Amino acid sequence: MGRLFAVEIVYRGIFQKTLATRISRGIVLAAHHEGKPGISFGRYGDSPERNGIPAKSFAIVATDEETLEEGKARYEPREVDITIAVDDTLCKGVESWAWYGLQPINRLLKPGGTLICTSVQPPETIIPMTHRKDHPYTLTVLKAAPSFSGLWVYKDDHTDVRILGVIARVLPELFSLESVSKAILEEWADPLKVTSAERAHERVTTVTVDPSQGNPEAPYQFALPKWQEMREGVAIPCIPEGQAMEDPVSHAAGGFQPQRNPTFKKFSTRTMRPVVDFSTCIKCTLCWLQCPDSCFDVTPDNLYDANMQACCGCGVCEAVCPVPNCVTMVNEAHFHDNASQWAAWKQNPEQYKAWLLDTIKDHPERSHGFRYRGQYEEQTPEMRADKEAA
Amino acid sequence: MAQLAYKVEEQAEKTALITGSEAIAVACQLADVDVITAYPIRPYDTVMQYVAKLVSNGLMDCDYIVAESEHSQFEIVKHASAVGARVFCGSSGVGWMYAMEALTVTPALRIPMVAMVGNRALDDPGAFGVEHNDALTVRDLGWLLVWVDNAQEALDTALIAYRTAEDRRVFLPCAISCDGAFLTHSQAMVKIPTREKVEKFLPRYNRGDLLLHPDNPITVAPQANEDWLMEIRRQNGAAMERAPQVLREAYADFARIFGRDYANPFFEEYLTEDAEIVLVGMGTLSNPVKVALRQLRREGQKVGFVRLRWFRPFPAEELARCLSRFWAVGVIDRDFSFGSPYMSGVLATEVRTAMYSAEHPAVVPVLGFICGLGGREVTVPGVRQMAELTSNAAAGQHYARTQWIGLRE
Repeated sequence: MGRLFAVEIVYRGIFQKTLATRISRGIVLAAHHEGKPGISFGRYGDSPERNGIPAKSFAIVATDEETLEEGKARYEPREVDITIAVDDTLCKGVESWAWYGLQPINRLLKPGGTLICTSVQPPETIIPMTHRKDHPYTLTVLKAAPSFSGLWVYKDDHTDVRILGVIARVLPELFSLESVSKAILEEWADPLKVTSAERAHERVTTVTVDPSQGNPEAPYQFALPKWQEMREGVAIPCIPEGQAMEDPVSHAAGGFQPQRNPTFKKFSTRTMRPVVDFSTCIKCTLCWLQCPDSCFDVTPDNLYDANMQACCGCGVCEAVCPVPNCVTMVNEAHFHDNASQWAAWKQNPEQYKAWLLDTIKDHPERSHGFRYRGQYEEQTPEMRADKEAA
Repeated sequence: MAQLAYKVEEQAEKTALITGSEAIAVACQLADVDVITAYPIRPYDTVMQYVAKLVSNGLMDCDYIVAESEHSQFEIVKHASAVGARVFCGSSGVGWMYAMEALTVTPALRIPMVAMVGNRALDDPGAFGVEHNDALTVRDLGWLLVWVDNAQEALDTALIAYRTAEDRRVFLPCAISCDGAFLTHSQAMVKIPTREKVEKFLPRYNRGDLLLHPDNPITVAPQANEDWLMEIRRQNGAAMERAPQVLREAYADFARIFGRDYANPFFEEYLTEDAEIVLVGMGTLSNPVKVALRQLRREGQKVGFVRLRWFRPFPAEELARCLSRFWAVGVIDRDFSFGSPYMSGVLATEVRTAMYSAEHPAVVPVLGFICGLGGREVTVPGVRQMAELTSNAAAGQHYARTQWIGLRE
């Protein structure tokens, strides 16, 4: 009886597709150097991928061919040794466009398994975003901004091989750093990438996450009905119409909040969210009109509140808003819930304004993607140090 | 135009000289069908021409839409049926194939569409004559499939088809197969029942909670993955399992109201009572078969015939029970299934399966005959040849499992 290894790479659809495929192929190729057979595949239900919607790629490796069969002909493994999040905002949950409900990033992680996350945030920021698990697991943070490496307009930032180096560190039974190096030279013929893998192997932050840590929210649960219980004719109820909103202070009813799909929330697609200054809003309706996801609720005072269950974070509202700093896109890692900004503003306008100014003070640029050489070094001191050492 | 002038509103039953296709058009008129779509292809076009005449002469009130293709033709009635319209449609040969995508989605959405297939050979070459392969392509998809052999049966079966398809226990589409030329283009005297009786027999189409309507907001056919599809398929299967009982009820009511009793709804038995061997087939080949059988009887040979009407649902147990009485069975296929078990036609394979898995399987020779393809006539000598081959097998002689009859060789 051999051993089966499973690694999943959770990524942003399309933007990180090539990156995820490279990692998953690299795992199989490195394991091959140790005589371990393996397969690499993308989650079928994610295809065709949608921009930014969480998707998964898998590498299944075994000590022998017969054991490998246990991991074949499946959409996803039952459990994984390693989950890799190549964007830290994915730690808030994974909702495939074709899959039911929001799933915790660590859902498939075995007891004692490892969540590898590329992030510029410390573990203390990542852990509260991640759902609780009823057994301890390891969180390994590799310093890196969310990489778009491999998307054809972006240059290679070595995130693929850096992750392979980290895997050799956290699960040496799978493959050694030496096998990683061999696979890299064989696949990419670039000694510089070997160096990157070796550096990452040495330089990671690892903590143990226990069951008391993390987002206590129960992830989405859904019982699948029996065939006799389902309505016939492939017919389902429509989403009902919306209703008025209620002012949390005056309790006045008014405006309009559309009903939304209770099983498909969409927000796990978001990497940045709009932060709205209600005190400068001129009620021009442009954000409400242009939002491709109809995510703006109309409040009783005719303001527009971006509903964080429905917002995909596309940034159109920021682009169309004519008032400076009225809508500002901010990295999703800054937020811990999906609560209404408008309700917070109504309850305490001064406190909200102070929070808003603090949140947007960096006037953050787009937090995702590799756009020019040297950008990651600017963003992460560790990478700058690596470069100087080289 | 005189022959078109009878009015279904009349109180007394009328008799008219019409083709099998026209009989189905009259059934649509009697059933007060709401939406009919059309796209010409021979031999099905005979029904659309007749519907067009009925509509333009003010004898029929329906939306008559000539689509730009068979695919659209079937999609239009699918949607019309979803919003509560009683619908009719049809095609032939490769036209039916061109509609295939629409044909596949119809059963899962539980659309009780009634369609007429004027059976025609599939291209190439472009033969107009009858073969059953066109209609048989939907045999696995959840369509009710029936073959008729005369114009009166075509009219009656169309009414029974609406009643069965629109029964909430079934809610599946139904295709009525009429042999090209021999039925679609041949006029015979047909009794036209009164609308009053038809209304007694055929309740209004009620889509219930599946009605697509602003007062019943539903989404139909959303994207569904492997978490759902098996359950949806099982629902389809359960509807098909309920169909035989609904058909029995419909035929019993039909006999009571119209006075025409088809006895066994699923197949007709001819001279089988004391028969030693039996031939099995579908559609108008029943005519030469019956002539040949009467000749053989006069010569002292006890040969019977079973004409299958309902191919879906396939009356496996009843048919197996019936056929197990004989010493040998010869199945006449007006179709082919290249590479199928023993290189047989479709019907022979189904009959063998039904008999092999019957409660008390009888090990009798089942011979497959492929004949009458592309509209070639099934002749009396040809039937006699098939009967002889089947008799020889019954007598213990070696037999070929599949033989082509009427082939130049």
